[in-house]
Amino acid sequence: MITFNLNGRAQTVDIDPETPLLWALRDHLRLTGTKFGCGEGLCGACTVHIDGEARRSCITPLRDAAGKNVRTIEGVPSEHPVKQAWLAEEVSQCGYCQPGQIMSAVSLLEKTRNPTEREIDDAMSGNLCRCGTYGRIKKAVRSVAAETAKGGKKP
Amino acid sequence: MSIIAKVTRREFMKKSALLGGGLVLACHVPLAGKLAIAGTDATFAPNAFLRIGADESVTIIVNKSEMGQGVYTSLPMLLAEELECDWRRIKVEPSPVSNEYNHTQFGPVMVTGGSTSVRSEWERFSRAGAAAREMLIAAAAESWGIDPSACRAENGYVTGPEGRKESFGKLASMAARLPVPENPPLKGGKKRRLLGKPVHRLDSPAKIDGKAIFGIDVYEPGMLTAVIERPPLFGAKVKSFDSVKTEALPGVRAVVSVQAGVAVLADSFWQAEKGRRALSITWDMRDGEKTSTEKLRGEYAELAGMPGIAARHDGDAPTALTMSDHRIEADYSVPYLAHATMEPLNCFVDLGKDRCLIKTGSQFQTLDRLAAAKELGMEPEQIIMETAFLGGGFGRRACTGHDFVLEAVQVAKAAGKPVKVVRTREDDIRSGYYRPMYCDHVSAALDKNGRPSAWRQTIAGQSIMTGTSMEKAMVREGIDHTSVEGAIDLPYNIPNVLVDLHTTKNNVPVLWWRSVGHSHTAFVVESFMDELAHISGNDPYEYRLSLLANRPRHSEVLKIAAARSGWGKPMPKGRGRGIALHESFGSFVAQVAEVSVDSGGNMKVDRMVAVIDCGKIVNPDTIAAQIESGIIFGLSAALHGEITLVDGRVQEGNFDTYPIVRMDESPVIEVHIAKSDAPPGGVGEPGVPPAAPAVANALFAATGARVRSLPITAEKIRRSISDRNSRA
Ligand code: FES
Ligand code: FES
Repeated sequence: MITFNLNGRAQTVDIDPETPLLWALRDHLRLTGTKFGCGEGLCGACTVHIDGEARRSCITPLRDAAGKNVRTIEGVPSEHPVKQAWLAEEVSQCGYCQPGQIMSAVSLLEKTRNPTEREIDDAMSGNLCRCGTYGRIKKAVRSVAAETAKGGKKP
Repeated sequence: MSIIAKVTRREFMKKSALLGGGLVLACHVPLAGKLAIAGTDATFAPNAFLRIGADESVTIIVNKSEMGQGVYTSLPMLLAEELECDWRRIKVEPSPVSNEYNHTQFGPVMVTGGSTSVRSEWERFSRAGAAAREMLIAAAAESWGIDPSACRAENGYVTGPEGRKESFGKLASMAARLPVPENPPLKGGKKRRLLGKPVHRLDSPAKIDGKAIFGIDVYEPGMLTAVIERPPLFGAKVKSFDSVKTEALPGVRAVVSVQAGVAVLADSFWQAEKGRRALSITWDMRDGEKTSTEKLRGEYAELAGMPGIAARHDGDAPTALTMSDHRIEADYSVPYLAHATMEPLNCFVDLGKDRCLIKTGSQFQTLDRLAAAKELGMEPEQIIMETAFLGGGFGRRACTGHDFVLEAVQVAKAAGKPVKVVRTREDDIRSGYYRPMYCDHVSAALDKNGRPSAWRQTIAGQSIMTGTSMEKAMVREGIDHTSVEGAIDLPYNIPNVLVDLHTTKNNVPVLWWRSVGHSHTAFVVESFMDELAHISGNDPYEYRLSLLANRPRHSEVLKIAAARSGWGKPMPKGRGRGIALHESFGSFVAQVAEVSVDSGGNMKVDRMVAVIDCGKIVNPDTIAAQIESGIIFGLSAALHGEITLVDGRVQEGNFDTYPIVRMDESPVIEVHIAKSDAPPGGVGEPGVPPAAPAVANALFAATGARVRSLPITAEKIRRSISDRNSRA
């Protein structure tokens, strides 16, 4: 039995604690926004936050989430500046990678208000997009950073 | 794909008018209809593509799969432009599989592919919207007792003289009782509100919230998840297996042997995957394909040096080449490529006694359904196929072998349980249906002015279409069109041209891969054209332009690309610019790449400038997005993509061994859309073909290294530079 905080609520799951968090979320808790892309930490589609850190849930055993705060794409409100920037820049194509992209971007911007190009590349290059939306992702991240710098809403 | 049958607009309107409630219900369009699909409960559904509710909702039913190309926005834009509804009220619903949703040009099939969605549906969706608008106007006019010509539709209302105004929702039930007009007039170009303007995608909000349901997100009551352990060789089969250990594991519900391999069904993916790892299987390798790509490359290269079946023959290229005292020759090759859609292939099947429900992301619904029906001994109508969002398609989800659908059907049948079969990334990359590998031998004769007087391209590679249900339409006199497209339509003005083909055979499954044949031919043609320009001492841009008299659309995009990219401006050492031009899917694209290369042969693509002429446009932002996407897709093939077989075994398995371009390798991309009144062209694929040759040509400009095989790796660059130095 593993208990953790999921998107602000206590959650208990009674499955094999070795189950990757990704499959606990998808198969057992039916939070399907977190995606399966590679299963080996190579694509970022499964990115969630554990205690604020972006983590690849496909290679994180459920056990590691015990007692922690887990945040998934469903836990980031639609009005969040990063999601709004994603809409404004019209980032999504097939959309499959985007929950993971957004989770990586939120984590980056929560830690680094005004990231350099290098910092954006470093934080985001582990998130693959077969539709090639990288240019728009970068624009969206920069626009959130610029908003924050102007004293707008905090991400 | 070629045009097999064309349903005229007239036939379509007639058909839609005849659609009775029974048929509509049978294909699960919730249309409550009688005559002319007149709705009850104030729902107005004048045709198969539209429903207007009393609550002012406007539902547009889209018969094309949304796989990122924006079709859930572009087709609604076409309809809404004519309907004059309130854009913010539009909801999109995927259509069921049914004849009224068949492709307008590809014959009696519902299919998304060939960059045809907007081109082939422009007329039908526009007329569908216009018919509804005319009926709503007629309903309002009737209720006001005035002539319809005094009324107009605007933003979800019909308005009339003296401030009369009624909403579409209120008029819906009345409009539903009116006859569907045969030939509703379309608006003129000037009055357009939506077409040609950047409109936000309707599917974006669901996608950023993780609420969009892809095939892999389908969960149904009582459903099991299955993974399949597949044979190590294409064509090998299960001989025997021992599943005792697997079946002892928690959550495992069944283990069944199907054509694709041994399937483990469990309560969850992870349990199934663990069960699969505990299997012990003996394979029958007798019919397994044991070839190696290295061996194939040797065979193909040899074939390409010999005459094949002519696919285009102008003048007499062989003689002109033999007679020439300035002949240039080169060998090119491209590898097998996997589509690697971000969402691994998957399919849900719930098989009942006399019905079957299939939910998946397919581009190929009618043919998948037909294959499933055959497999099950059912009528196609007994199979309900629902289309989810596709986490990428690129042709992989239009599978001529119907692999991911058929295997799920077989597993569901064998296990007698509703099941979702999911592929791991390794399954997805190793299970075939690749862009074929090709080798090309190209030669040209240059006249005394350095202009090509003869051009010959001999191609060797597998046929995508042979042995499929599309063979008849696509293979003529030994030539599979997809093997030579982009080569036979060489646009340059050359008096003697020969394109000939050797079709090779083996059991590696091959399939169309975003831009199909063009993904191969554009690289060869545009690289070799660049070689000719340099050898004859010409600027590659000017050289191309000089050979494009009578090709105004090619010339125009080329000129704009040169202007926008700053073509001809000097670049620092180690950097270079390359240009490429290619027509495909009815559109014309020129690209200029800028690269920098360090002393170790490591290349970085810094900037790509692209110009497209795709005729009349719907959503410029989608066009830009698709070209950006095509460029990144093309760059992944240019820099990384390669499927390697050693003794039949695929060496790559995940994104570590089959890398795709990441953000830190991704160039700045600028897209320009050329003004054009030509008929609409495709946009999903045409951005791909010029990317690789533009980069290869830029590499040459930067370093003098000519890499003639993809992918362009640092090792190949180093080798090419050292070959050149040792020659010098
Ligand atoms: S699915 Fe976890 S990194 Fe790819
Ligand atoms: S939007 Fe399709 S994979 Fe990123």
